[in-house]
Amino acid sequence: MLTVLFDGVAYGMLLFVLACGLSVTLGLMNFVNLAHGAFAMAGGYAAVYLTNKAGVPFLLSLPIAFIVPAAIGAVLERTLYAQLYGRPHLDHVLFSIGLVFMAMTTAEYFMHSTRQFPLIPDYLQGRIEVAGVGMGVYRLFLIVVCGLLTLLLQGVLVGTRFGSRLRAAVDDRRVASGLGINVGVIFVSTFAVGSGLAGLGGALAGEVVGLDPTFPLRLMLYFLIVVTVGGTTSITGPLAAALLLGIADVAGKYYGTNLVLFGYHLPQLGGFVIYVFMIVVLLVRPQGLFTRGR
Amino acid sequence: MADTNSSVVKGLAARHRWHPAEIAFWLAACASFFLLPGWHNFLNEVAILALFALSLDLILGYAGIVSLGHAAFLGFAAYTAGLFAKHVHPDPLIGLAVASLASTFVGFVTGFLVLRGNDLTRLMITIGVTLIFYEIANQMGDITGGADGLQGVEMAPLLGLFRFDMFGRTAHAYSLVTLFVMFLIARRIANSSFGMSLNAIRDNPLRAAAIGIPVNRRLIAVYTLAAAFAGVAGALQAQTAQFVGLDALSFEKSADVMLVLVIGGAGYLYGGIIGAIVFKILQDVLSSLTPQYWHFWIGLILVIIVLIGRDRISKGIAGALGVFRRKPAAAPSATAKAGG
Repeated sequence: MLTVLFDGVAYGMLLFVLACGLSVTLGLMNFVNLAHGAFAMAGGYAAVYLTNKAGVPFLLSLPIAFIVPAAIGAVLERTLYAQLYGRPHLDHVLFSIGLVFMAMTTAEYFMHSTRQFPLIPDYLQGRIEVAGVGMGVYRLFLIVVCGLLTLLLQGVLVGTRFGSRLRAAVDDRRVASGLGINVGVIFVSTFAVGSGLAGLGGALAGEVVGLDPTFPLRLMLYFLIVVTVGGTTSITGPLAAALLLGIADVAGKYYGTNLVLFGYHLPQLGGFVIYVFMIVVLLVRPQGLFTRGR
Repeated sequence: MADTNSSVVKGLAARHRWHPAEIAFWLAACASFFLLPGWHNFLNEVAILALFALSLDLILGYAGIVSLGHAAFLGFAAYTAGLFAKHVHPDPLIGLAVASLASTFVGFVTGFLVLRGNDLTRLMITIGVTLIFYEIANQMGDITGGADGLQGVEMAPLLGLFRFDMFGRTAHAYSLVTLFVMFLIARRIANSSFGMSLNAIRDNPLRAAAIGIPVNRRLIAVYTLAAAFAGVAGALQAQTAQFVGLDALSFEKSADVMLVLVIGGAGYLYGGIIGAIVFKILQDVLSSLTPQYWHFWIGLILVIIVLIGRDRISKGIAGALGVFRRKPAAAPSATAKAGG
C-alpha cells in the first residue's frame, strides 16, 4: 500500500516536471501546445543517445537533455509559435499535431521504433527498505530531483523579479506590457525553460516508461490532464494534480484485477482510471480542481 | 420591412437551390465509377473517408465543436457492424442501420460531455472517450480480436444481388450511393433553420442563447447526428474491408479526418469530400515514396496549412476546382472571449 503511494508520488513528481512547461505556455500565451511531448521526447532521446552511444554518464546527460529541447523550443517559439498567438484554438491544435507527427516520424527515422532506455548507473538501481516500505532507489532519486526542481521553480516564480514579471504577464498580458514589461522576452524564455524541463523530464522518465516514437502521443493526455485539472495560475495546482494523477494511475494499474464475466475477459480497470477521473473532474469543474472560477 | 423580409427569403431559397457546379461534381463522382475501373478500391476508401469528414464538418464546421476524438464513433460502428455481420446477420444494409443506430446512441450519451467547458476541455474529453473505447477494444480480445483486429467478417450480397468482389465494384457503388444519400440529408439539415441556428451558436453561443436558441439541446442534437454519420462511415468501412482493425479507434484516425476537413475547408459540406480526395491521393503518393514515414509529410502539410492560413488554402482549392458560391465559413472562434 505504502509502496504504491510512494511509486505514485514519484510518478506524479515526474509528470509535474514534464508538464509544468505546458501549464506556462497555456496560461501565458493561451496556446494549446499538443507538441509539448515532442520536446520531452527530444530530451529523452538525447539522454538515450548520450548514455548508450557516446558513453556519457547519466547524471551528466541530464543537463544536456535540458539544453537541447530548450534551444529547439526557443527557436521554434520565435519562428513559428509566435505567429500563431491569438489565432483560434483549432489552429493551435492542427499546428501542434503536425509538429507531433513530424517529431514522431523523425524519431522513428533516426532512433528506430523499438523502445529504448537510457543507461542508468548502478548506484541508482536496486531497492532499499525504509521502515518496512520497499522503495526503488531510482524512484527516490526521482522524488528528490523533481522536488528540488519544484522548489527552485517556486523560488524563481515567487522570489525573483523575473518571476513577478511572469506572473503579471500570465494574469494580464496587456496590462503587463503596458507597464513596460517586455512580454515577448518572457514568452520566449519561459517557452524555452518549459521545453527544457520537459526534456529533462523525458530523460528522467526514460528509465520508467521507456522511449519510443509514440512517446509524445502516449503522454499527451497526461500533460493535458495535469494542466487543465491543476489550472494555470499557480505552480501548486499542477503539482497537486500531477501527484493525484500519478497516484491514481499507479493505484489503478496495481489494483486493477482481471475480471472474467460470462466467460469474457472484462477490460482491466487500470487502463481507464485516469480517463474516467479526467472526464469526471472536467464535468464537475471545467475550470480545473485547483483554480478559482473565472 | 417587407423588402428585407423578401430578400431574406430569397437568400434562404438560394441556399437550397442546386448550383450547376454541384450537379457537375456528383455527375463526375458517378462517372468515376464507370471511367476508372481499376480504382474501385481506392475510390471506395475515398468515399468512406469523405463521409467521415462530412460527419466531422457537421460538428466542427457548423457548430464549432473542436473534436479530436471523432474516431470513437467510426471505430465503434465499425466493430458493431463487423460483429453484427459475424454473429447475427450478414446482410449489409441491416448491419449498416444497426451500427449507425448504435453509434447514434453513443453520440447522444457522450454529447452531454462536450457541453461543458471550452475548446481545450472538449478536446480532452473527446480524446479521453476515444481512448477508453480503444482500451476496451484492445483488452476485450475475446470479442474484438484485440490488436490482431476483427477477422472473419463475411457479408451477404448487397440487396441479395451484388456480391462483394475483390475488385471493389460493389463496395465502391455501395459506398458512393450511401455517401450521396447521406450528403443529401446533411445538405437538407445544413440549410434548414436548425443548421442556421448551429452557425449562430458557433459564432457566438451567448448571443445565440439570447435570441432564444436552445444552445445545449442543439449541440447535443448535432453531436448525435454527426455520430450517426460517422457510424455509417464506420459500418461501410467494416463491411467493405470485411475486417476491423484497432486503428479505426486510434488518435491518428481522428487527427487525419481533421486534416481532411482542413484541406477541403470546413462549413460548406463539400470540404470533407474534396479534402478526402486530396488526402487519399497525397497518402498514396507519399506512402509510395516513403512507406514508413508518410505521417511526417502529413505533419508538415498541417504546419504549412496553419502558417499560411486555413481559409486561404481551402478557398484556393475550391477556387481551383471552380466550385461553390459560398465561401468557407470563418474559423470557429468559440473561445474568442476567453483569455486575452
